[in-house]
Amino acid sequence: MTDNDILVEVRDLKVHFPITRGVIFDRTVGHVKAVDGVDLRIPRGKTYGLVGESGCGKSTLGRALLQLTPPTGGEVVFDGVELTTLPAGRLRTMRRRMQMIFQDPMSSLDPRQNVESILTEGLQTHGIGTDRDDRRRIIGETLDAVGLPRWALSRYPHEFSGGQRQRIGIARALVLGPELIVADEPVSALDVSIQAQVVNLLDELQDSLGLTYLVIAHDLAVVRHISDVVGVMYLGALVEEAPGDRLYSEPLHPYTRALMSAVPVPDPDVEDRRERILLAGDLPSPANPPPGCRFHTRCPWAQPTRCADERPALREIGASRVACHWAEQIASGELRPHAVRAEVVRPEGEGETPGVVSAPTEPGSYV
Amino acid sequence: MALLEVDDLCVTFSRRGQRPVRAVDGVSFSVDAGEVVGLVGESGCGKSVTSLAVMGLLPRQPGVRVDGKAVFDGTDLLQLDDRSRRDIRGRDVAMIFQDPLSSLNPVIPIGLQVTEVLTRHRGMRGAAAGEEAARLLDRVGIPDPKRRLKEYPHQLSGGMRQRALIAMAVACKPRLLIADEPTTALDVTIQAQILELLKELVRDSGTALVMITHDLGVVAGLCDTVNVLYAGRVVETARRRPLFRQPRHPYTVGLLGSVPRLDAGRGERLNPIPGSVRDVLPWPDGCAFAPRCSRRIDECVGEPPDLVLTHDGRSYRCVNPAPLPGVTPGADIRATAPTEVEPGSVPAQAVPDDPPTVPGLGPAPREEEKP
Repeated sequence: MTDNDILVEVRDLKVHFPITRGVIFDRTVGHVKAVDGVDLRIPRGKTYGLVGESGCGKSTLGRALLQLTPPTGGEVVFDGVELTTLPAGRLRTMRRRMQMIFQDPMSSLDPRQNVESILTEGLQTHGIGTDRDDRRRIIGETLDAVGLPRWALSRYPHEFSGGQRQRIGIARALVLGPELIVADEPVSALDVSIQAQVVNLLDELQDSLGLTYLVIAHDLAVVRHISDVVGVMYLGALVEEAPGDRLYSEPLHPYTRALMSAVPVPDPDVEDRRERILLAGDLPSPANPPPGCRFHTRCPWAQPTRCADERPALREIGASRVACHWAEQIASGELRPHAVRAEVVRPEGEGETPGVVSAPTEPGSYV
Repeated sequence: MALLEVDDLCVTFSRRGQRPVRAVDGVSFSVDAGEVVGLVGESGCGKSVTSLAVMGLLPRQPGVRVDGKAVFDGTDLLQLDDRSRRDIRGRDVAMIFQDPLSSLNPVIPIGLQVTEVLTRHRGMRGAAAGEEAARLLDRVGIPDPKRRLKEYPHQLSGGMRQRALIAMAVACKPRLLIADEPTTALDVTIQAQILELLKELVRDSGTALVMITHDLGVVAGLCDTVNVLYAGRVVETARRRPLFRQPRHPYTVGLLGSVPRLDAGRGERLNPIPGSVRDVLPWPDGCAFAPRCSRRIDECVGEPPDLVLTHDGRSYRCVNPAPLPGVTPGADIRATAPTEVEPGSVPAQAVPDDPPTVPGLGPAPREEEKP
């Protein structure tokens, strides 16, 4: 792949938020490392899906990529232009080419602006269109593209249903003719039957306009459906990145495996047969992340050596990039999951005996 | 005799100057001991109002009308006075709510909230109640329960709060547990933990569980019987496997077709249901789903479709259901029956309310029962 095909490249991106104490002097007592060293590349015309649980930093990464939250360190290169050091005026003109779709269409649209005003604002800011009629033409075409009727122009956001509001949000991003769209949880506020409409719309728009997407979502099934490459985040860092199909057929990182096994599939036969890896406990605080591998406190495959004291870097295994010291050994079955930290529970099927399938727990049998 | 038998439950909200809203419009279902029954539907289909009505948690004011019956172990919950209802609630019937942060009291420690149930229903006091509360928290998988008892809800994570809520609900070993979207506010890995916990509770204590959710994946893994709701009515009832393998009602078909699946490939288009939940026809004027339905025929509009019972114990409310895969005489006959009766102009009443009298087709008693 040549550099020309890469639309966005992120190198060692860091976003740290200070934790302050005190009334008069804001002493900084620590940092929440929301994003802590992320590298990724998004090819032109493709979809990059970012998944992870709440608090893993996926939304912050999306906002930092668009410079909506200033990054603490690292670089974001958009079509050959380094964005983090760009002067404000030039950054603003670049913004036309990268737009965002927000999660909750009700709170991201101004309730006192009608749809025409919402859509015109961006056009005026960027000086697109020669006069009012020309802008109306552009807006009309955009409404057609997202499947909203023309009479929507004079209405206000509260007059629409959730799915239609999300279409307005998409139209707002689309009207400027962007190349990159960052969609932060675009469907999670919608009903199931409406979700599918919006997912299909995003797919169609990509086909017809050649858009590049960064889709951020917690729902793996949605991300899997829409993405070419999927990155999995845990506590501010990517733990695995792979082409969609490969990630789902051969997850390499223990966290990815646990995540996959936790997603419910609407099929009783699959649900009864699959093996669940239940993670113990909750996500550690990003203000005080565990040393070494971030995941080692909950990892069923954690080893006594390396995991607790050496932070794994992303390395290539086949077509995937994985941040795990023991990925090959886990994939080959050489390492067995701990019985102590997490249990692999087989769901109770008809006639089968339920029970905890535990691996040998003697210390010598891990390595 | 089922443990809970909800029969023709109707909830109407009326406001002066506005048309009354029928949030729940004749919902009937039954729950046996140890059974997991799912109520599935999108927002606004009446699934939460159903559970609130059964629990008697709807406000008692002139605008709210609850009709029908909800018979729990011989007593109609809807006819009880407040005092005896409070005796049952929390002891025999308990509920788990969706958002644990807003259903726990933020200014009272967890321990006190758990012991409140024990004091009210099991008469435990002081140290004994504290011991039991710690045991309950331990039972639902909260680490270091003794210390957690003194903590406030905001000090716990979302998953822990939901566990605490489950601990309160199971404190008196209820015979029926109603869970209203218990995992919607949680992350997938935590959701898996909570679902596993609920499964264990049902398996170990024989508690019946009514699971209210919009997530078909959750239903597929947990429920024995599934009721699909749309616009306040049950449109399809079936055992878990038949429902997912051969959905009959077009709404169920649509729901299943519009969920992106983890085990499907990239680029497979989803088949969404057109329109939105707002596009409903009032039930008296026909099938509420008709405006969005892909299998709509003339008979759908005019009068509400009746519940059709099939021989394998499932039922659906549709005059033109999705055909079963393969050659199934029953489906063919029913689909073509209206036109055979009266070719040309078919008045709405020509829709056969009673299924044709073909052997094995008529409404038979439910044969497939819980294992």
